[in-house]
Amino acid sequence: MGIVASVLKKFHGGVHPTGHKELTERCAIEPMPMPERLIVPLHQHLGAPSVPVVQVGDKVFKGDLLGASGGFVSAAIHAPTSGTIQAIQEHPVGHPSGLTMLCVVIAPDGADQWNPGLKGTADPTTLDPSAIRDRIKGAGIVGLGGATFPSFIKLSPPRDKVVDLLLINAVECEPYLTCDARLMEERPQDVVAGIRIMLHALQTKQCVIGIEANKPKAIAAMEKAVAGQSDIRVVSLPVMYPQGSEKQLIEVVTGRQVPSKGLPVDVGVIVHNVATAVAIRDTIELGHPLVSRIVTVTGGGITRPANVEVLIGTLVDDVIRHCGGLKSHTKKVIMGGPMMGLALHQTDIPVVKGTSGILALTAEESSGKTEHPCIRCGSCVNACPIQLVPCTMAWFAKTDQIDQLPKVDLFDCIECGSCAYVCPANIPLVHYFRYGKLTLQAKDREDKKKALTKQRSQAREERLAREKEEKERKKEEMKAKMAAKKSDVGSSSEVKTGSPTVSKKVTAKGGTATDSKGGGDDPPVDHAKTAKGTSLPEE
Amino acid sequence: MIEAVLGMGGLALAAGLGLGFAAKKFHVEGDPRVDNLTALLPATNCGNCGYPGCRPYAEALISEEISNIGLCAPGGMETMEKIAAMLGVEPVEMEADTGPKVAYVREEDCIGCTACIKACPVDAIIGANKQSHTVIVEMCTACKACIEPCPVDCIDMVPVPVTLYSWTWSKPGDHGAVH
Repeated sequence: MGIVASVLKKFHGGVHPTGHKELTERCAIEPMPMPERLIVPLHQHLGAPSVPVVQVGDKVFKGDLLGASGGFVSAAIHAPTSGTIQAIQEHPVGHPSGLTMLCVVIAPDGADQWNPGLKGTADPTTLDPSAIRDRIKGAGIVGLGGATFPSFIKLSPPRDKVVDLLLINAVECEPYLTCDARLMEERPQDVVAGIRIMLHALQTKQCVIGIEANKPKAIAAMEKAVAGQSDIRVVSLPVMYPQGSEKQLIEVVTGRQVPSKGLPVDVGVIVHNVATAVAIRDTIELGHPLVSRIVTVTGGGITRPANVEVLIGTLVDDVIRHCGGLKSHTKKVIMGGPMMGLALHQTDIPVVKGTSGILALTAEESSGKTEHPCIRCGSCVNACPIQLVPCTMAWFAKTDQIDQLPKVDLFDCIECGSCAYVCPANIPLVHYFRYGKLTLQAKDREDKKKALTKQRSQAREERLAREKEEKERKKEEMKAKMAAKKSDVGSSSEVKTGSPTVSKKVTAKGGTATDSKGGGDDPPVDHAKTAKGTSLPEE
Repeated sequence: MIEAVLGMGGLALAAGLGLGFAAKKFHVEGDPRVDNLTALLPATNCGNCGYPGCRPYAEALISEEISNIGLCAPGGMETMEKIAAMLGVEPVEMEADTGPKVAYVREEDCIGCTACIKACPVDAIIGANKQSHTVIVEMCTACKACIEPCPVDCIDMVPVPVTLYSWTWSKPGDHGAVH
């Protein structure tokens, strides 16, 4: 196993947040009763939004297509249950802005019946790798670790790149979350089946499953499942946040560093999340598209913490109610993990493909301290896994020196939050970075529009000049023609009879115009009528 | 007598050569500040500021013919602030900048006179004679050049709604910031 380092490497920095995994690590994955309605957003993945292909009133089976992929980097979206399309409307979604997105609202019929046309393949190795990719694409499978990048793209490496290793990300380094650990304990054979399909699709010979050492049961279950299969290895990793970040995981396992702006495939590795492996197995072997996911519902504010299999489109409210509701001293609800998750403005928003957790945090669990000036202690520099200088980046963002930000490699930041976690001055560093990133993107859009404006303004001036020139040329031509006709005296009778009629018409029309302006006088109106009357037959 | 003529003539020649040389040597190609200022303006030449184009407005500001730096509607608050920084003057109050806007033709009222089409400095309005016109939103610079020529006042300036794709984070500590 040449590519896998014999001794595990370390990535720079990292932090040790308290795990809090004991709240849910013994909670078996449980189903949830069917909610009253499901609100399925049409953009749950990285890339272009999906395009709705159903209409209000349509009856759908579970697994029917609701939204078609809207581009190459995009994903299809399917009906999470059978029922009727109630509406296609804007609804608030899990986004920091609190803005709305186009969603398909389904009223479940209670039967929860899969489309009978969905068929799986018992032996996926009989399928062509491209057929596997097409089915994964058609099933709308995206990275379930939270990044929601369309999975089929990561299974289609460019021809000039060699993939030495499939790395399964089962690190689950975010505190509180246990959904991946439970999945490995309960369905280890399905994880292995998913890995086999991916190895076949990639035509790769080796796989490593990376699991942090704080999940001994998951490690044991996976080791048992891969016993006797020399090409798949389970590696227990020392606990360190953010080890679940793709590039950090690759460095730990292989010792290779993914270059800035590069992709894992540049160093011969493809990384997929462990839950994605199971989703791929379900798609290929059962024919089921991605319509549900496992969500860890936890935190000090949840009455009954649990791991729940939730249909995509179920409202956070319904999930919390299923888990006994919120305790009264809950301070905030977070979608995702506590380090990188998103604090919700409201809880009537749907669970999407990237929702790994729903955390209800109490005041003691959440930070919310006031920001103090930077004391330049350098703690953030030591903690940054990318070896950036977070304090300088935050300073540039804070003082609106936006142009400086790309020079300090802002776009290499993975927003893991390690810097903000260790900052003794409670500076919301990640918030500054997000502000900086989006402001730069907005500026880029504006610059593009300015360039377009300049281009269109110039094009218009050129057009006007051209038109003027053309007009003048025509004028010259007409003059030349008239001159030629004047000199040609012999056949001028027709022209002479024609021209008085024209002039008569002009005067008649001029008359009506002044009349209407003067308004109401009888004789001119009559005059106009007669003028019209006389001019009509001639026309 | 002749000495005086020669002396004066020589002096005149020397002065003339000197002046001629200086004029060539120290020639200034216009005021570079005008170029710099013109570069800040949107280059639509919409005339909304009351000058025939962006450059004339820049010239007027540099020559201190006028002092109002807030006349460029398409540039908005941002451009005004940049001009203020460049000229070293205080920013001025502008018509309440409530975010980006675009022109919108109320199609049921439009009579299809093409007056606005002719006025648009970026050809962002489409339509034909006696056919309702409409604005290509992505290209409209909100210069308002189309408002005045419309004989039936059917063009409004409407705010561009913020979407998930145009929204940006506010700075920590700013109003409306989310922690």
